[in-house]
Amino acid sequence: MSTTLFDKVWDSHVVRSIPEGPDVLFIDRHLVHEVTSPVAFLGLKNRNIQVLHPERTFATADHNTPTRNQHLPVQDPLSAKQLQALEENAAAHGIPYWGLGHEKNGIVHVIGPENGITVPGATIVCGDSHTSTHGAFGAIAFGIGTSEVEMVLATQCIMQPKPKRMRITIDGSLNNAVTPKDVALYIISRLTTSGATGYFVEYAGEVFRNMSMEGRMTVCNLSIEMGARGGMIAPDEKTFEYVKGREFAPKGEAWDEAMTYWKTLKSDPDAIFDKEIHFQGSDIEPMITYGTNPGMGVGISQHIPEASTVQGGASTYHKSLDYMDFKEGDSMLGKQVDFVFLGSCTNGRIEDFRTFARIVKGRRKADHVTAWLVPGSHKVEQAIQEEGILDILTEAGFELREPGCSACLAMNDDKIPAGKYAVSTSNRNFEGRQGPGARTLLASPLVAAAAAVTGKVTDPRTLLELETA
Amino acid sequence: MAYDKFKSLQSTAVPLPIENVDTDQIIPARFLKATERKGFGDNLFRDWRYNQDNTPKEQFVLNNPIYSGKILVGGKNFGSGSSREHAAWAVYDYGFRCVVSSFFADIFRNNCLNVGVLPVQVSAEFLQQIFEAIEADPKTEIRVDLPAQEIEILATGAKESFEINPYKKDNLLNGFDDIDYLLNIREEIATFAAQSPL
Ligand code: SF4
Repeated sequence: MSTTLFDKVWDSHVVRSIPEGPDVLFIDRHLVHEVTSPVAFLGLKNRNIQVLHPERTFATADHNTPTRNQHLPVQDPLSAKQLQALEENAAAHGIPYWGLGHEKNGIVHVIGPENGITVPGATIVCGDSHTSTHGAFGAIAFGIGTSEVEMVLATQCIMQPKPKRMRITIDGSLNNAVTPKDVALYIISRLTTSGATGYFVEYAGEVFRNMSMEGRMTVCNLSIEMGARGGMIAPDEKTFEYVKGREFAPKGEAWDEAMTYWKTLKSDPDAIFDKEIHFQGSDIEPMITYGTNPGMGVGISQHIPEASTVQGGASTYHKSLDYMDFKEGDSMLGKQVDFVFLGSCTNGRIEDFRTFARIVKGRRKADHVTAWLVPGSHKVEQAIQEEGILDILTEAGFELREPGCSACLAMNDDKIPAGKYAVSTSNRNFEGRQGPGARTLLASPLVAAAAAVTGKVTDPRTLLELETA
Repeated sequence: MAYDKFKSLQSTAVPLPIENVDTDQIIPARFLKATERKGFGDNLFRDWRYNQDNTPKEQFVLNNPIYSGKILVGGKNFGSGSSREHAAWAVYDYGFRCVVSSFFADIFRNNCLNVGVLPVQVSAEFLQQIFEAIEADPKTEIRVDLPAQEIEILATGAKESFEINPYKKDNLLNGFDDIDYLLNIREEIATFAAQSPL
């Protein structure tokens, strides 16, 4: 045998292969949210068909929901209309809907794993590109467009050409203050935002084996930012332990059967990848981005590269730096920060709040910084309270908001004002992503916390050292 | 989703020689609140096209009357970022039927094919030739021949062939979509589903 993990999962879901065409791929679980689904449901209505497998479909409200006063009616009429449309569509088709205020409500990629919807070996899709998150469990998970959402609702299948396989191996161990987010930003900075286009990535090596499930989710989440269709990590004991007992995970005999299968989900020793890439864990330092795509990242102690040393057109590079109002050769340390956003499906899980609290504990939020701390789900929110993290945050002058995508894509009121700088734990620093004219610096929860208490870009290692000293 | 059949196209083109044009630029997230597929063309490249007070930015190419046509020519890695099909809808709704670039992001390419916009991937050199030809004469016409899988700059006669999946090509030529195909193999899917535990 010489099959990759990706091939094992993909091949077992092919209903048929169209000669010289795409594969018809069966989808085990389909996650739906308010923004990319209304037109798909409209399509079903026009064709006069029902959702084929409502029991394999799960709907939540997250993208354009407010992060305050969720018990009140949604103010923005367009958002309210989208939420209402989803609620009605879910009811009409018998789909479980976890709307605002529901105990299982939260960001689609946070609630999937949390409720055991995400399991090893499954195929999972959603009309959101960061669906790649679920690959952390050894699932094939990827984002789709609205036509494809309609396709899956109607037929539980999708037409996809099979991507090529890439393996990214990182051996060794990580330095102090280097988090999974830094690992991902490091990979993207090395590969560029199109370096993995056309590929499905498997992450392998000691660094990923040692990572928590939350950390693996952060890494797989960001696969799309290097152009990959998705990323996955072979399931292991940690994975099984995480999944076990969750609401939609298999139980009893079905669990034993599933385990027998899940244990086979790894690339064979002689499996061949179309492309192999290796990095060393010890080469990575805490990262931060300086430009307008996630590939424009550097180690936090570094300077912004000169145009002559970067790949791609100099004019595109200068356009990006102009937007940020940064100069070639600038040091990242010490740059003023106006906003801090902790949240999103990249870094809105309990572990991220624990990490943030590590630095914040016993310190105060910098006066001029506006901080939005947004849990990925109600379950995360609950854990924040139960673990005493809320007290640490409150004592330090922070306020916790209600769950949702929030400033990750700024469809609600959480918009960074034009010209302001935000250190954000989300996944995209595109022009205007966090609001028209907003300037985003992507970083880990640790770097975000350091910025929140000092009011500028600060190396978290200096704050952590003070602690241990 | 129904769209016009695609065969061949001969048109002037709009140049956008910027790399990594992402879907947040093509259609910013705040315009994704529709519950119908209507009016997205008005917000295509919204923040590059208009100032915050909604006055047009003169220097942006879509506001320059010299450039027009059904073909959009973009820099490398066009359409990176979000899975929002709204980006492809905006391109279509504005009146483009074809996007040319030397490299496309995966999901954007797929979305285009699903809504009747032809993504044509050319070599970096050919892309440069197109930009130069348009710069020399904004009325330069480009011919895109889907059956022959060929793109030509009429003024210079320079040609290049392009790749497209034969199944997708057939769909575009006939105005079919994937759902039609899948609904036709319903029983095969049902048999498969029966053996797939949740
Ligand atoms: S947090 Fe951001 S990336 Fe994640 S699902 Fe929401 S909008 Fe998409």
